[in-house]
Amino acid sequence: MVDASTRQKLFGTPETNFLNCSKGWKSWAFTLDHKRIGIMYLIGVTVALFLAGVFALVLRSHLFTFDSTMLSDDMYNQMFTLHGAVMVFSFIIPSIPAALGNIVLPMMLGAKDVAFPRMNLASFYLWIIGTGCLLLAILSGKGLDTGWTFYTPYSIDTNTGVIYATFGAFILGFSSIFTGLNFLVTVNTMRSKDQGWFKLPLFVWSLYATAIIQVLATPVLGITLLMLIAEKTLHIGIFDPKYGGDPVLFQHFFWFYSHPAVYIMILPAMGVISELISVYSQKRIFGYSFIAFSSVAIALLGFLVWGHHMFTSGQSLVVTLIFSAITFTVAIPSAVKVFNWLATLYKGSILLNTPMCYALSFIFLFGIGGLTGLFLGALSTDIHLHDTYFVVAHFHFVMVGGTLTALLGGVFHWWPKIWGRMYNDFLGRVGCFLVFSGFNLTFFPQFVMGSRGMPRRYASYDPEFQIFHQLSTVGAFVLGIGILLSFVVLVYAALRGPRCSSNPFRAASLEWQSSSPPDFHNFLQTPVLTDPYDFESQVYDEELDTYIPREFANPDKVAPRKEPVHH
Amino acid sequence: MAVADSHDTHDDHHDLYDHGEFIAHHFDSAEQQFDSGKLGIWLFLVTEVLFFSGLFVAYTLYRTNHPEVFEQAHVFLNKYLGGLNTIVLLFSSLTMALGVRAAQLGRNKNCSVYILITMVCATMFLGVKAVEYSHKWDMGILVRSAFNLTYTHPTPTTEIGKALHISDYLVYLCIVPALLLAGFLAASVISKLINKAMLAKFMVAMAITVSGYFLGVVVGVIFMSATDAETGSSHASVIAEQPLMLMASTQDEHDEGDHDEGDHDKAAADPNHEGDHADHEEHFGSHPADGGEASFDAHHPDPSTLSRDVGIFFSIYYCMTGLHAIHIIGGIIALAWLYWRSLLGHWRTDYFGPVDYVGLYWHLVDLIWIYLFPLLYLID
Repeated sequence: MVDASTRQKLFGTPETNFLNCSKGWKSWAFTLDHKRIGIMYLIGVTVALFLAGVFALVLRSHLFTFDSTMLSDDMYNQMFTLHGAVMVFSFIIPSIPAALGNIVLPMMLGAKDVAFPRMNLASFYLWIIGTGCLLLAILSGKGLDTGWTFYTPYSIDTNTGVIYATFGAFILGFSSIFTGLNFLVTVNTMRSKDQGWFKLPLFVWSLYATAIIQVLATPVLGITLLMLIAEKTLHIGIFDPKYGGDPVLFQHFFWFYSHPAVYIMILPAMGVISELISVYSQKRIFGYSFIAFSSVAIALLGFLVWGHHMFTSGQSLVVTLIFSAITFTVAIPSAVKVFNWLATLYKGSILLNTPMCYALSFIFLFGIGGLTGLFLGALSTDIHLHDTYFVVAHFHFVMVGGTLTALLGGVFHWWPKIWGRMYNDFLGRVGCFLVFSGFNLTFFPQFVMGSRGMPRRYASYDPEFQIFHQLSTVGAFVLGIGILLSFVVLVYAALRGPRCSSNPFRAASLEWQSSSPPDFHNFLQTPVLTDPYDFESQVYDEELDTYIPREFANPDKVAPRKEPVHH
Repeated sequence: MAVADSHDTHDDHHDLYDHGEFIAHHFDSAEQQFDSGKLGIWLFLVTEVLFFSGLFVAYTLYRTNHPEVFEQAHVFLNKYLGGLNTIVLLFSSLTMALGVRAAQLGRNKNCSVYILITMVCATMFLGVKAVEYSHKWDMGILVRSAFNLTYTHPTPTTEIGKALHISDYLVYLCIVPALLLAGFLAASVISKLINKAMLAKFMVAMAITVSGYFLGVVVGVIFMSATDAETGSSHASVIAEQPLMLMASTQDEHDEGDHDEGDHDKAAADPNHEGDHADHEEHFGSHPADGGEASFDAHHPDPSTLSRDVGIFFSIYYCMTGLHAIHIIGGIIALAWLYWRSLLGHWRTDYFGPVDYVGLYWHLVDLIWIYLFPLLYLID
């Protein structure tokens, strides 16, 4: 057993940690530390979020009245394209894996770093270069008006900055591949001694499944975008019908990546939620292996459904039917997760703090987003609903209601670990409430007007839709304020928040066995391997006001283990 | 319980290799590091295969939908040059494998020799490829929009081209390697003068590597002229009198840079162009079937008998072989790095990972060519 001074050293507030162990901009710009790279990524994706968020608010402001002249039609097209492209490629895809995953994943494995630290840093710089290229489309004055999907033949004919943007997306793809490859290898080779696959936190499983998609799907996007660039510059005739090419082939290639990419966006979010629900219910996650394997199942099924983006593009009926059927099967592993989370909540001792509020929002919003997907996956209803606001609302419920909500929840959850300081929980919950209500106000009316035939991507609309658009615009600003408030709460906490202990929430995964903030090498001792969902393994220590592993505690003061609850 | 043990050196400079030679700080053992690298490179190869897969799918689709295009087009590829390159690459894979073996045994000197041979093979491959490319460009065998087959070879205008009777394009393709060769030679002399023997040796090896390119060019030109009669790559202007600037190609040829709207109008007004969108089986000339079986020469097809989509075959050909060539260049850079480390004597029986990883990459690049060669050159 260890004495009080060792406990103080391991779990007390550390004098040196990864934040202050070296100083100067170079110690950040050239760092190989996964935590610092994760923080830089977090800053980067936040900038992208704000940028694309401003585009969204401009769009919504324009749509406030049906005959608005705030933006020219051309500007409107450019706005929604840039909103989509920046959000998808620069924000959502790297958000949870590259920012939160980078910080947390190696620590969850009890490792000192990811397997390839230099590649990790390269990934971040590729992200900067790629995002820069994407933005060059605006800065060059050419703009971009193809929609984020770059569909041919329009993308070949338009004179806007398609080449900049596609090259940017190409580079961002490599950034994503680097992260995914790194995580796959890290999980395979860097786990703690005796840490089997079923002792991994579910966040690790979801990042692993995500990484499989990143590694298998992204290269196809890479070659597709290169072919598009070649088509645009040399007219090679592969996609361009003027030269005997097949524009639908581009759609197939594009969605072969971009549909799995949807799961790159949502799977890590699901992993975060699995952690939050379990920790803040203080209850073992229900159906561990089902949640774990459902992540892998979603990753694999995700490769087989890309054709559902082309139901109305002239696919053969047989192909369409098959894609529709496989699309429905994705609902099964998704529902498995949702039911397991609900079962975890049942009879748990629930702490309704900020991260948990986000986690509960996620379940609600993802539920709606997922279920409305079934309307679009069904062929007959899709004929009516395709390319309407119903689609817009559906994917925003999954991408924003799902991924952004989970990102915020995860950031609040691990924020005390990263900075060693606690956020203001009340303001955090106010922010969560604003995000949740603003989000619903924005996108729920879009389901209604979509089902009544309001087409997406139009700069003007029939007066009968105005009330829905106005609700939606008001909601967008509420959502914006909510995100801004959360941002302020987080930044204030990181700089001025009260000091917090190593494990304030009694979480049991390994990252909470480091000090807050963690040491440069993550752990001062080899962490005690515990079941990530056995919260009884952590006991309260009065002197340090924190939860520490039973093995380190003072044996005289430790309450005996409660009998584990059997289901 | 091991408390506060692995924490003696608090290295804030984040040097990867701070405990033990060539074991990065975050790995516990050389074995863990090797396993990580090995898994990493295999996953990287998976991404490479998928990267090429888009082009293979495009190839498959167009071959299925337009088999006649592929039959007509492949005769323009010189299978002897392709075969030569296949042998060169296969041989380079052998030397690479021997290099890996040498590194595993810690024989740095042997390893460096094998790597050098591998690099020479790689540049030789590129040299042969340059001969092939320049020959096609001469005949107007370009991507779909610029495809404008003429059997007339333009007379060389550059001094070197005139002196050696080689294409201007080939001369241009030799400029960068020539500069590199001169640079490496100069660098080796300078290194010698400032007494950096190791660096001088490295620079000489690089110069030898680049010379491989010129070896490839010479062998390629000889092969090309020796197999002239058999392939459609003849220098003789078989049908020079034919009106070669055909309707479809005149419409297409100024499209290379940008595609303005006025062009569509012109095309729409032209009755021959109307079938362009709907029917890609249409032929170049105004009398499609006119070429006839009688005058048909398998190796020198009359341009007017060709499908207008023959250019798509070459679009795919240039994309695939071009991307493959970029991978060869990337491989040469990686091999040069290995060569330098071999000179430094880094490989030991317990540390040879990088050679192994680059070796795997090199075999993949070889393997992709093994697929490209029959798919492009050996149709029919």
